[in-house]
Amino acid sequence: MPSSHHPQNPGWYGPYGGRFVSETLIPALDELTEAIAGIGTSEAYKTELNALLTNYVGRPTPLTEAHRLAREIDPSKKTIGRLFFKREDLCHTGAHKINNAIGQVLLASKMGKTRIIAETGAGQHGVATATACALIGLPCEVYMGAEDVKRQAPNVGRMKLLGAKVIAVESGSKTLKDAMNEALRDWVTNVATTHYCIGSAAGPHPYPELVAKLQSIIGTEARAQLMERTGRLPDAAVACVGGGSNAIGMFRGFLAAASVKLYGVEAAGHGVATDKHAATLTAGRVGILHGSKSFVLCDEGGQIKEAHSISAGLDYPGVGPEHSWLKTSGRARYLSATDEEALAAASLVARTEGIIPALETSHPIAKLGEIASEVAKGIGRPATIVLCLSGRGDKDLETLLARCLGNEAN
Amino acid sequence: MGRIDDVFAKRAAEGKKVLVTYLCVGDPDAERSIALALACAEEGADVLELGCPFSDPSADGVAIARASQRALARGGGLAETLEVARAIREKSDVPLVLFGYYNPLFVRGEQDAARAVANAGVDALLVVDLPIDESTPLREACAVRNVGVVPLVAPTTKLDRIEKIGLFANRYPVPFVYYVSMTGVTGGAGASEVLGKAGEEAKRVREVTKRPTVVGFGIDSADRARIAAEHADGVVVGSEIVRRIEKDPKSDAAVRELVRDLRASL
Ligand SMILES: Cc1ncc(COP(=O)(O)O)c(C=O)c1O
Repeated sequence: MPSSHHPQNPGWYGPYGGRFVSETLIPALDELTEAIAGIGTSEAYKTELNALLTNYVGRPTPLTEAHRLAREIDPSKKTIGRLFFKREDLCHTGAHKINNAIGQVLLASKMGKTRIIAETGAGQHGVATATACALIGLPCEVYMGAEDVKRQAPNVGRMKLLGAKVIAVESGSKTLKDAMNEALRDWVTNVATTHYCIGSAAGPHPYPELVAKLQSIIGTEARAQLMERTGRLPDAAVACVGGGSNAIGMFRGFLAAASVKLYGVEAAGHGVATDKHAATLTAGRVGILHGSKSFVLCDEGGQIKEAHSISAGLDYPGVGPEHSWLKTSGRARYLSATDEEALAAASLVARTEGIIPALETSHPIAKLGEIASEVAKGIGRPATIVLCLSGRGDKDLETLLARCLGNEAN
Repeated sequence: MGRIDDVFAKRAAEGKKVLVTYLCVGDPDAERSIALALACAEEGADVLELGCPFSDPSADGVAIARASQRALARGGGLAETLEVARAIREKSDVPLVLFGYYNPLFVRGEQDAARAVANAGVDALLVVDLPIDESTPLREACAVRNVGVVPLVAPTTKLDRIEKIGLFANRYPVPFVYYVSMTGVTGGAGASEVLGKAGEEAKRVREVTKRPTVVGFGIDSADRARIAAEHADGVVVGSEIVRRIEKDPKSDAAVRELVRDLRASL
């Protein structure tokens, strides 16, 4: 059974992971690692976190069978037997990001940290962190690329209402990677008092593992719900991959079950053959960015490229190190979907299931037909598939209206 | 390596301190970088740090980040930084330290990067996002070519890690240790007390590692340099030089004046 975990070498997933940061931050990473092993495993922390997840976030989230969509994708029913959505869009604040934010902010408060910082692209992680800080009572500052501040105005407003300070980052490409650079600068400066709440399963050790653990509730619940509903494990688990947190959360429920195929879908933007995409695992190379060794989008000279996706949450030139290992080891397969394919998928799900998905989630939905036929071919019967519906499309309404209804006269 | 050792030995014998100056290669362009670097050496800089511009300089403040961006916008990067190093080496024996981030070196491959760096006449590398724990592949590739790798120590660093640097220094070339005066990014002006304390810490680092230790971050004037250097083996001045270049990219007068003042104070 291939395992992605190397307990003898914490922080590494095969040859990926590690800690590539300023010396100043090493003790803070050690402190966090110790807190995860101590406070993080205490009954008090676990009980409090579970209560918040149940009574505040709204867990467990439902597992919804998507009958009409399955039929739409495969009218002959030869490839998709059953299709289920794990409904992270029904979490408080509208995406899976809250699972991680609540867990980290609660941990940080118990560590005695008095200030929280975060970076955000689409704003979902920023909103989730601002929410957790309001709930737990800690001041919050969120770094966001100036370009994203413009693209994601409703989420900027939400963060401010929640009492967070939003700092528009004007450097570099003015998107998520630059927000992360700025957050790292802040953390280096204020490391004694501040916890940096990283929003995806990326960054230096122990973040990829911490975020994966906090998001693994997605896969754990999905597994139990599928067993209850279908009496067996699914044939495939599917999710979108930006930094990779919702995907790793889903995958963790099935990693040890070799019969379950794992699929991650990245953003191909205008196409992976162009220079406007965010398909790091599909078209990137191994490099070092934001504290870990993993696949990155960079040029021959090692300079990080700007990513592009219609969905700000996938618009990142890096990816969490565990995904690099799952790709290299062959345990998971990674595909990519273009902006146009994602838009078409969003509109299809809205019309067939009454769910408006986030543009991030629309990427794996666009690839369901391809995935279903590949899996069905392998097992010789229609596949049962579970897809992580990582978030709702409210934040993308403007784009969806302009791009999906654009041709229709109002 | 030899060149850097010689400089520390010479300054120590004179009862003086080593002055390390930084500039971002390619800002405003490669030719000016060569001229400015040689100007620093002429005015008394003992070691030149050649900044290799990087797209995501998360350990740098605004001055160096902006300079990096300008250099990259006109095609700068590792290749140009090595060309500039080679050109300086043809004209001067001043020790050269290539300062940057890991990805450009990693993507080139540690072996190839170490070979290119050695061929360009660079004496050592300083990689800000490569803590000692992850540095073995690069250290080994560099060691066979007698290129050093400079470790950093921060105010947050615990004693066991400083001791580990001492062990590294027995196995690989460690020309000097870089003591980061404060928790923060480059470019802030350090308070005098902080810099004085940093100098004392640097002295302790030297006692543990048995390697010369310089203080960097927050030194932007002759006064601050003197305070930081009192107990340390030397100082590094970067952002203030970069700011002077930004202000007047065509002339080296302001840079020369700063280096002259710094030299006189050390
Ligand atoms: C709804 C949604 N899904 C997915 C992502 C991508 O992040 P990750 O790959 O970490 O799940 C985001 C990020 O903002 C998001 O908002």
